[in-house]
Amino acid sequence: MSSIFTRRRFLIGSAASLGAVGLTGCDDISQNQHVQQVLALAERLTMGTQRLIVSPQTLAREYTDADISPSFHPNGSIQPNSAEYIQMAETQFADWRLKIDGMVNRPMEFSLADLKKLPSRTQITRHDCVEGWSAIGKWQGVPLGLILQTAGLKPGARYAVFYCADELEQTLDGSGRYYESIDLIDAFHPQTILAYSLNGKDLEVEHGAPLRLRVERHLGYKHAKYVMRIEIRDRFDDLWGGNGGFWEDRGYEWYAGI
Amino acid sequence: MASIEQIGTAPPSPPAKIFIRRHSALTRITHWINVLCLTLLLMSGMQIFNADPQLHWGNYGAVEDPSWFEIASNQDGDNIIGIVRIGRLSMTTTGILGASTADGEMMPRAFPAWATIPSYQDLAAGRRWHFFFAWLFVINGLVYMAYGLIGGHFRRDLAPTARDIAPGNIWHEIKDHARLRFPKGEKARRYNALQKLTYLIVIFILLPLMIGSGLTMSPAIDAGYPFLLDIFGGRQSARSIHFITAWSLVAFVVVHIAMVILSGLWNNIRSMVTGRYAIINEEADR
Repeated sequence: MSSIFTRRRFLIGSAASLGAVGLTGCDDISQNQHVQQVLALAERLTMGTQRLIVSPQTLAREYTDADISPSFHPNGSIQPNSAEYIQMAETQFADWRLKIDGMVNRPMEFSLADLKKLPSRTQITRHDCVEGWSAIGKWQGVPLGLILQTAGLKPGARYAVFYCADELEQTLDGSGRYYESIDLIDAFHPQTILAYSLNGKDLEVEHGAPLRLRVERHLGYKHAKYVMRIEIRDRFDDLWGGNGGFWEDRGYEWYAGI
Repeated sequence: MASIEQIGTAPPSPPAKIFIRRHSALTRITHWINVLCLTLLLMSGMQIFNADPQLHWGNYGAVEDPSWFEIASNQDGDNIIGIVRIGRLSMTTTGILGASTADGEMMPRAFPAWATIPSYQDLAAGRRWHFFFAWLFVINGLVYMAYGLIGGHFRRDLAPTARDIAPGNIWHEIKDHARLRFPKGEKARRYNALQKLTYLIVIFILLPLMIGSGLTMSPAIDAGYPFLLDIFGGRQSARSIHFITAWSLVAFVVVHIAMVILSGLWNNIRSMVTGRYAIINEEADR
């Protein structure tokens, strides 16, 4: 910033501030807690309506090989920077284990090789980012429902929470760590898979290696990358911001169907 | 009672100015709710567009893929240059589109802070505003549609007559509008053919296109109703059509407001607030 204070600058500054006062009026309304609560009512209406008019088992459209995007845009974290993750990546995730715990009868651990031995599903689907863009890719992975059936859900289980290796925001309390949650309707959807392959190759780091969630029918931020642990829970309001995910804690809808 | 003097002379002339009930209460209420909704939908829509200020055709499209429309912010030394590109045509729009001032500083921003809600970049908040008012807009529209169909508003006021859509009449009305000559007297009781056709295009083409293309951007709705993807030619095409239709509606509103002003600002506004519309009877002047 320049330290020269001229009359001209002062006038420009004043005019800009006056303009900002007008805008601030709108922004005050936008930041008002009650206004936000009223606006957020639409989210529940959207979720209720979409769940009503799109049945739980309905599949998202699957495309053909010819429809695949020439390059799949990597977004969000593209390189987790913890020493632990970098080390695992160097050994092709040989030491990586996926943990399943929480409200399950049999807590489990899977290596990448274990997961690849399980029955898999391959689907060419469209990834829709909340920002507006779309990319089509061919994903292969294990249906999450199969894993959850193997582990066995305890009564009262309602959500699957995904804990990830990437930290999108550096914080002291760990609230910048990426996490996501989905309910059992989406967890048992046939196209909800734990994907280890994109377009016929092992997932690259920028796409969430070694394992990412695909939860078709939702926007991109629900598709957690770098999944390390899945915890089955009956609530998520006691986790970090209480809204069920990294972006949800930063104002985005938990139900990302639109 | 008529006096002797009046008998045998000219018939009693109609009053020079009479009031008719032009707009029903339901039309007026839904109209002003629409004004509120479309304003906030446009402003929050521009906020959402700013998160990814380019448009594509087809099923997919991201920053790596060719776009047919873009509002770009290019760094040129210490300056930020705003550029709007349509296909291969581009023009510098610094100050308004692509680069504009916020808090006194030139910032890379597709639509400027004064046009978006909230003014600062916040996609999550923009979406919350957008979907709330999208719901209000849809509910308001359904009420209006039910009234239009059941209450007879469409049949009575908007359906063009055979005479309305005769080419000669339409040409005549276009010439009159261009000369800013608007219907007076008895003719002003009803919408003219251009009005009817414009309102029909907005109500039955543009607004449904807005809702349909908006829903096609929803991955969940696409799963349940994949024909939407076929109608609009893919999700990215739907996003493009949503954008084009939004600005078509803005163009309609600009012309609409111009016509309101030119054909009698106070009379028109009063009729949309209180329902009362004054008709000046030309015959009375003779």
